[in-house]
Amino acid sequence: MLTAATIAILVVMLLAIIRCVVGPTLYDRILAFNMFGTKTVLLISILGFLMGRPEFLDIALVYALINFISVIGVLRFSDSVEFKHSHQDQTSTKEGKQ
Amino acid sequence: MNLLLEIGSGLCLLLGCFLCLSGGIGILRFPDFFTRMHAVGVTDTLGAGMILIGLMLQNPEGLVLLKLMMILLFTLFINPTASHALAKAALRNNLQPVLDKSSNKGGNKPSKP
Repeated sequence: MLTAATIAILVVMLLAIIRCVVGPTLYDRILAFNMFGTKTVLLISILGFLMGRPEFLDIALVYALINFISVIGVLRFSDSVEFKHSHQDQTSTKEGKQ
Repeated sequence: MNLLLEIGSGLCLLLGCFLCLSGGIGILRFPDFFTRMHAVGVTDTLGAGMILIGLMLQNPEGLVLLKLMMILLFTLFINPTASHALAKAALRNNLQPVLDKSSNKGGNKPSKP
């Protein structure tokens, strides 16, 4: 059962990374990345049980916290004035090239 | 007692895998950012919770149980907070949800007798 759970979580991580690559907006990508991080925490926990080494749970705990901090950090950066200006500059240069 | 724990753990893991797979299909096939967020919310709370409870039933003693409960607690705190911040940021940056256009064409009007 643990092996089946590992395979299922790997498939879900593959689907999330597909959405992260093809996502039309920035927020789709952040959402898929958040889901990928959560599934990574579950994968590390299950692998710890599968390999008989429960010390992996510490790594999963740290990964959950780092994932949260990184998502909040990217969201704060996407609200900042510099990001919006750089985004507008990129779109204006693209329109100018066209 | 041991067999009962094994069966319960297997059932919880199976339910968690089913919920995670349905959320993974949903994030690919839903048409809009906000509907995709609904699919991710299902996997992040109930799917992860079920898988972690299944892992708890595998080895219900000592420090491992405490660490798994801490991971479950952090997951249940972190993911709704991140989803809330993500939806607020998307709305603040003018990402509008896709609405159904067919309801604006007067389809809901009462038909004349």
